[in-house]
Parts: sequence; C-alpha cells; structure tokens
Amino acid sequence: MSIFADKATTLVVQGITGRDGSFHTKQMLDYGTRVVAGVTPGKGGQKFENKVPIFNSMHDAVGKTGANASIIYVPPMFAADAIMEAADAGVKLIIAITEGVPVLDMTRVYPFVHEKGARLIGPNCPGLITPGQTKIGIIPGHICTPGRVGVVSRSGTLTYEVVYQLTRAGLGQSTCVGIGGDPINGTNFIDCLRGFQEDPDTDAVAMMGEIGGTDEQEAAAFVKEHMTKPVVGFIAGQTAPPGRRMGHAGAIISGSSGTAAEKIAAFEAARIGIAKRPKDFVELLLARLKPVRKPVAKSKPAKGGATKAGSAKRKTAKR
Amino acid sequence: MNIHEYQAKDLLRGFGIPIPPGEVASTPDKVEAIARKLGGRVVVKAQVHAGGRGKAGGVKLAKSPEEAREVAAKILGMKIKGLTVYKVLVTAAADIVKEAYVGIIVDRSAKKPVFMVSPAGGIDIEEVAAKTPEKIMKLPVDTRYGLTSYQANQLGFFLYDDVKQVRAAGRIMQQLYDAFMKNGCSLAEINPLVVTPHGDVVALDAKMTIDDNELDRHPELEDLRDVTAEDASEVQARAASLTFIKLEGNVGCCVNGAGLAMATMDLVKLYGGSPANFLDIGGSSNPDKVVAALKIITSDRNVRSILFNIFGGITRTDDVANGIVTATKHNPLKVPLVIRLTGTNEEIAVKILKANGLSAMTDMDEAVQKAVQLATGGKAA
Repeated sequence: MSIFADKATTLVVQGITGRDGSFHTKQMLDYGTRVVAGVTPGKGGQKFENKVPIFNSMHDAVGKTGANASIIYVPPMFAADAIMEAADAGVKLIIAITEGVPVLDMTRVYPFVHEKGARLIGPNCPGLITPGQTKIGIIPGHICTPGRVGVVSRSGTLTYEVVYQLTRAGLGQSTCVGIGGDPINGTNFIDCLRGFQEDPDTDAVAMMGEIGGTDEQEAAAFVKEHMTKPVVGFIAGQTAPPGRRMGHAGAIISGSSGTAAEKIAAFEAARIGIAKRPKDFVELLLARLKPVRKPVAKSKPAKGGATKAGSAKRKTAKR
Repeated sequence: MNIHEYQAKDLLRGFGIPIPPGEVASTPDKVEAIARKLGGRVVVKAQVHAGGRGKAGGVKLAKSPEEAREVAAKILGMKIKGLTVYKVLVTAAADIVKEAYVGIIVDRSAKKPVFMVSPAGGIDIEEVAAKTPEKIMKLPVDTRYGLTSYQANQLGFFLYDDVKQVRAAGRIMQQLYDAFMKNGCSLAEINPLVVTPHGDVVALDAKMTIDDNELDRHPELEDLRDVTAEDASEVQARAASLTFIKLEGNVGCCVNGAGLAMATMDLVKLYGGSPANFLDIGGSSNPDKVVAALKIITSDRNVRSILFNIFGGITRTDDVANGIVTATKHNPLKVPLVIRLTGTNEEIAVKILKANGLSAMTDMDEAVQKAVQLATGGKAA
C-alpha cells in the first residue's frame, strides 16, 4: 500500500516532448512507472521513444488510454491551463512540477480542480514516489527504498537529503510526497498526514516544513487530534530574515507570522519529534518505531500485526 | 517585487482611484518647484521599501515651498531601516476627518485574495488585528467571479455610515481589486483611506507588491524595479538567474534547492557559525551558474570560508564540479573552500575535483562543521 499512487497508476505526461518532460519521462519509464500517454498539442500521432503514444489534448489521451493520473512539465504561464485541462479530462491525480506559476492563476485553478473531484499536488514540487512501485515526478529513484516511513515535504533537495539518510539507515519509505513551495498548492500537509494515518503500510511519518504560512501549525493540530502514528518534523529557515522570499515563493516570514520558532512550538505542543538537523530523523524515527514494532516481532499471534502483514503480502502477490 | 508609493499611486490613479496630486523628486530644488506648482501645504515623503517611515522622520508636512525644500534636504540621504532615501514624493496635503485601512492580500489558507478593511486606519494594521480584531472585516473573493457589487457595498458599510461615502468607498474597492488582479499583485494596500471635510473619500498612501512570477506576463512592471534599493550582489545574482539573499555572517553558502539551502544555513548556525548568504543555484546544472555564484560570494568581504552543499537530483554534480574548477582557475580563492557532493554523477565529480587539487566530502554535517571551523578559526562554540 501507499498513498495517492501505486503500481496500478496509469500516467499521462503533459509536455512530454519538452526538455524537462522528455528527460524525466525516460527516468520514470526506467523506474517502472506506467506512462501510457503523452500530450503535446500538434504532435498527436507521434510516439515518445517509440513506445508512448502522444496526443494533441488531454481528452484524447485519457479517452484512448483510460489514464487516471497526469504530470505537468509545461512552462509557468501555461501551467494553470494544463492543470484545468487535466481535471476536465477526468484524471483524479494531477502533479504539477512547474515552478513559477503566478499565484493568482492558482486562485482560479484550485476551486476548479476541487469541483472536478481531482487531487492536485504542487505546483513547484518534486512529485511523489512509492518506492518499488511508481515514481511520478523528479525524485531520484535510487535514493529511495521500499519501507514503512511516510515522507512529506515542502522542499525538493531537502527531501532527498532526508530520504537518503533514511535509506542508508535501513528505514525504507511507503510513499514520499513533495507538496511544493508555493503559497497556494493543491495538497497540504494534512492531506498527506491523513493518508499516512489511514495507510496500513505506513508506521511513522517524517515531515519537512519551512518558514511562511501556517500549514505546519494546522498540521500539528491535526497530528494532536487525529494521529496515532508517530511523526517527526523539521522546519527549515530558522536563520531566514523576515520579509524576504527564501527561494520558494511561499517561504517568507510576513510581519511576525510564519516564523520557524512558532512552527517548532506548534510541533512541540503536538508531541511531534523535533529534528534539529536533517540527520536527526533517523534516530528520532527509530526511537518511536521500536515500541510499535517489538510486539509484532515478538508475539507472532498478535492479531493486528499478523493481519496487516498478511494483507500486505497478498496484495503484492496479486500484482 | 515591491514598488514605491509614488509608483503604486500612479498605477491606482490609472484605475480611477482618487488620490491627491503629487510628483517625485530627488533634489531639494525640484521639491521646492513641485511644492510651488501644487500650492498650499504639501507632504514630503521618503520613498523607500520600508514600513514605519513616519516614525523614522521620513514624512514631513511643509507649509511653504521653502519649508518643503528644507525638510527635503533632511529626508534625502537619510537612512530608514538601513535603506538610503534617494527620492521623495511631494504631494498636496489633505485635511482628514476619518482614516480607514483597505488592503487585499492573497490568503494562503483561503487560497483566495482576501479584502481586509478597518475603520481604524492610519496605523499598523497588524497591531489592530492583534488588539481589536473586531475592528477588522475580512472578505475572501472568488477570482472566477471577481468582487461583486454587494461585496463592495458590504465593505463600504463596514467603514462608513454615510451612504454617499459608502458608495464612494465601494467604487474604490472595485478599482483596487481591478488594479490588484490586472497587475498580478500579492498585496495592495491603501492606508489611510480618508474622508475629507468636504466628505470626499481619497487615498493618501498606497503600497503594492507584485508577484515575481507575474513579471513575464507584465514586462512593463519590471521597469518599476528600484535596483538602488537592493544590495548590488542581489542585482548581480538575479542577472545570473540565481536566488541570492545577502546576510551578515561569514560562511558563504552555495546550495541547490531552496529548502536544502535554508537547512544548510540553519546547520551553520547550529554548529556555531553564521551564514553570509542564502544562495540557491536552482535545479538546472549549468557550470556558468556556479562560476557566477562563486563570483558573488567572494565579492563579500565578510566571507571567511565557502561551503558547497549539492545534492544531485536534476542537478548533475559533475557540472557543479566543472563550474568550481573553472571559477577557481581564473580567480584563485583567497578563502578556504569546503565541498559536499552527493547524488547524480558523484564519482565523475569527485574525479574532476581530485584532478584539480580539490576534494569533496559526502556528509552534510561534517562539511558544515568544517566550513564553520575554517571561518571562525576553530573558535566556534
């Protein structure tokens, strides 16, 4: 199991013939992602790498292939339209990698996508990966390994850093989601935390936030109220000056709001483990996973553990 | 991108918002001439990208053109929150009966532009929000439909009782909303919006922030950028497509990705050092960017050591290594360099560095500790 995407997910790449689109489509195909179609207006009828059919529109692509997800690599000024086209064509998961989408465009896109019943991840995000099953986006596959830690982050390379440390320490991941660094994005921390809480194959969550906005504070309140699985968090930008955009459009301390200190305080109040350094995730997660794992390993007849493991095995076997 | 009050007022006048006449000047002579032309009392206002101009002495009333000249001589050249005043706005003074606040910001949680209005205007709105939140009305706008007339009225009635003033304010709300949307703003503010003794509703101050992501769509707005308000190194960085923010410390940082760049700065601090800058070389791997980045970092005299922290994903670490080699060949570094590389093409990168007498580390913490040690001479706590 996983959240949002797995081996069964069939993907359309919007902007498949562009520089970034083509490069990352190859990487996704190599990883085993089921890329069933591409869209580049005017190039319909051609094939990408001699195997993936290209269509002129999302409606054609989804109509002909039945794809249920799309990934967007189109330039920022056209990204909003591409997202709406995907939602209108009926895919249920849309991942927008594009950086630099105007925020006001997103104020129109978000309600549109929501009303179509689709989930948008991003924009300005690295996408997601369910190790061993599928990779939708640009997270390097080789640093991930299948396992039971859910990862959610507003950042790209910081996520890679943490995932790399987890993998080296033998802590595999169920799904890693980069929700993106923009002020308005389709999926927030809570959406991912809820998914991980409900996912039987996730035991704990690693969460990387940063300065700006209140998403982390709201996530902390959710953890306190609704989560039984342990969560470890990190906030980037403790040394960031107020009023400056720290690379990500959303990473800005406005007035006195959105500081690292207030987010860390919210984490502490929700008993979320605080990683002071990226490498601290390993130790903090191991400490919190032990009490969950031990009884499962020791007493085999323990019902919860046995059923979980059994159902997971069955599912893998089916595929 | 922030624009100055006089620029924001010009934009808002174009949308029909009533604003007293005014002109911008950079010398006391010009200020006197403008004051004479306007006649009567004028206000001379420092044009800098900082709040609290009044408190800092950057806004002064003058009763005559001669007095305008005198106050301008004092304001021009003064520093407000570290920023030098190069320009002042000279504007006709207005008599005030009532002051209100009107603003629009993009609200991240509502995922919409939200109007914020308050009859308690003229002062810091954050203070009003903290102390008397009941004096603020917030109204989210669905950008698919725009600000409707009934919403504009609602906002007007929250500020005024007089129907004539309510209608005038409603019109201004509509005009401000149009200006906000058409210029791709993330913030537009009128503080104060005043009622004059004649019962007119006019805007006395204006602030607008343009979403940087909109600049490709509105190239004319790029001309409003005031590069004198920015650090020279930041202007240079933008020309090289680097995201760079100058700070006060002595460990120069060069990182790929904004989140990792922030985390690296934090780690420098955690190990007792102080970052000299935020620098994200971005996702693409272009050796030229690395060359430009090193040039900018080394031009900061405070820098005592330089730290590269590169996690190769899309960024190819060999490209970064090539950039470092090229840059240091032309301009040998005067300060020690610590390189941490992991990820895509790491082996090739390490070979390139070795062949040029450089070495690389793989662990982020060890690299940061070393850079801090080199910058502080081992005196770090």
